[in-house]
Amino acid sequence: MINSFVHPALILIIGALILPFVRGPLRKPYLLIVPLLSFAAVVSNSGLSGHLATYQFMDWELVFGRVDRLSTVFAFIMALMAIIGTLYSLHVDNAKEHMAAWFYVAGSLGTIYCGDYLSLFFFWEMMAFASTFLIWFRRDEKALAAGYRYLLIHTIGGVILLAGIMLRYQAVGDIAFDLMDVKNPELYTWLIMIGFGLNAAIVPLHSWLPDAYSSASFNGSVFMCAFTTKTAVYTLARGFAGFDILVLLGVIMALYGVIYAVMENDIRKLLAWSIVSQVGYMVAGVGIGTELAINGASAHAVAHILYKGLLFMGTGSVLYMTGKSKFTELGGLYKKMPATMIFTIVGCLSISAAPFFAAFVSKSMIISAGFETHLNWAAWLLMFGATGTFMYNGLKLPYFLFFGKNNCSEETWEKAADPTWNMQMAMAGSAALCIIVGSAPALLYRLLPYPVHFHPYSGYHIAETLQILGFAALAFFFLKKYLVPEDKICLDMDWFYRMAGRMFLWTAQKPLQWFDTAWGEGYRVAGLGSLMTISRFWSWFDWHAIDGVVDGIARCVRAIGGRVRTLQSGQIQYTIYYAASFTAVILIAYVLFQLS
Amino acid sequence: MKTLIDYLRERLNIVIGTCYVLLALILAYSLYVDKSHAHTWVEQNIPFYWSVFGFAAAAAIIGIAYWFGHSGIMVRKDYYEKKTARCCGCSDKESSSGKTETGGDQ
Repeated sequence: MINSFVHPALILIIGALILPFVRGPLRKPYLLIVPLLSFAAVVSNSGLSGHLATYQFMDWELVFGRVDRLSTVFAFIMALMAIIGTLYSLHVDNAKEHMAAWFYVAGSLGTIYCGDYLSLFFFWEMMAFASTFLIWFRRDEKALAAGYRYLLIHTIGGVILLAGIMLRYQAVGDIAFDLMDVKNPELYTWLIMIGFGLNAAIVPLHSWLPDAYSSASFNGSVFMCAFTTKTAVYTLARGFAGFDILVLLGVIMALYGVIYAVMENDIRKLLAWSIVSQVGYMVAGVGIGTELAINGASAHAVAHILYKGLLFMGTGSVLYMTGKSKFTELGGLYKKMPATMIFTIVGCLSISAAPFFAAFVSKSMIISAGFETHLNWAAWLLMFGATGTFMYNGLKLPYFLFFGKNNCSEETWEKAADPTWNMQMAMAGSAALCIIVGSAPALLYRLLPYPVHFHPYSGYHIAETLQILGFAALAFFFLKKYLVPEDKICLDMDWFYRMAGRMFLWTAQKPLQWFDTAWGEGYRVAGLGSLMTISRFWSWFDWHAIDGVVDGIARCVRAIGGRVRTLQSGQIQYTIYYAASFTAVILIAYVLFQLS
Repeated sequence: MKTLIDYLRERLNIVIGTCYVLLALILAYSLYVDKSHAHTWVEQNIPFYWSVFGFAAAAAIIGIAYWFGHSGIMVRKDYYEKKTARCCGCSDKESSSGKTETGGDQ
């Protein structure tokens, strides 16, 4: 055990920078060793506590290693997910993709361990920029556009966060990242919360998530589903525990995500909507703010990363093998992808909070915290949302993807098969962890920020869950014709900023372009014509007046010279004649003058 | 696994019947279980409360999503491409060139 703080983000960053130079047979072992070392650093750091790795920068103390139970549990699951995600994409022979993923994870770990707003902002933006490449690496126009939208939204979020940080520094005079005074929020409190909330996909700042996660590469989504939103949940838990508004926002997220997921046709977009919904539970837990609620939010973040990563790996495998991601182009895949089906169903049962699967031991903590703090309305609505989660994720996804009507084209059906060994191993590992966490919750509870006095395996909780799952399944059985996916897309809040962008484009292309053209034409007709007339006048004046005077003198001199020249014929008799004549004229003129 | 699923699909009525029996067992278990851990009055005093809640919630979610989707939220898949084409004056062919759905591109 190392007794000093080793930053796992630094390992990933150095590892990413060296990666392009590691080629051939060494590449794959290297890809596994770096995240394993990063995970080992997190485990090693868990034995420490306090503010470590501090540096004085100008007047500020930067804290890169704040180690406590809250940061440790989040760092632990992030580092673990880095291993799983890298294993899943082990066969991808593009160093840049792994580099982007590792920088992304490093940004997340850096944010989790930092203790000041300056380094937080640095790592926060590292996450945003690195993850954009995970979208762009899908290499089609849709992904390119989605990547730009993602970057634009996160840049706006970053600016709001920075504004909040600066206002806070002006008001408070330090940059320490600690629990805010949420009972007396100032403007900077709201701005920082909005900055964090945008990354947590709080409705109505959520539209980037389904847009980006469904557009990313098959392996990029596996990373993206874990880090951005859960890092944001960590920052909210660190800075905004007990902020009442988060309960309402969390409940709205939980329900909004459910409705959109039920309507969705794209399997990865369905899962992205599911993230909005599930992160809603965590945000609500942070808003409740009690020890049980913060434990629940942390536990649910861990469980969520495991099962959501597994689900994105399952659906990513379908996309990777078939090239399709829509229910209307898939179906009946149990015959061709049986291993993928089993792993995906484990993920489905885990997110549905079925007994012995991950979310059973985490989601109920948040809901119980709601009831215990007499926020019954929130707890009931979260239960309502949990039923919906089972509806779209536990039933709709596996039914229409693996068992329902086969919509595959001949080519798709030919391509469908279980994916490569490393992808299956990553899924198997995640599935095993989902079952372990769900069956032996003490392993998870030991990591949580506060002592746990919650027992999920009571007879009542099991009966309650079985009733909800059983009878929701019955409703699905009777009403599934209303859930048949349609080859359509669902309008969401992104409609507003897409339309705003389009309005801007239209304004540039229509009225502004028209004005520019009219201005140019007007100038050509009125301005340019009169200018040419004036120019012509001055040209005439120059030619005839100024040049006329100068040229007239010159012409006069030349004419005289010409005349004089003719007098100088070179023959002496003419010269004498002209001289004598000239003299005679002078003399006559003089005499006449004298006589007069 | 494929064989097992095919076997069960061929005997769908038996599978459905078994599921009904399981639901009945769950209902019976809910009557028997200790409800002292319930958070609210309705849970403690209304029999089969969570069964009704699960069925009603699922039906409500399906109904709400169906109504919401068909009230104008679900639109044709090239909705944004068409809008772009109409707004920016480029041809449909140009605007829809980016909607190829590549997936296994790695």
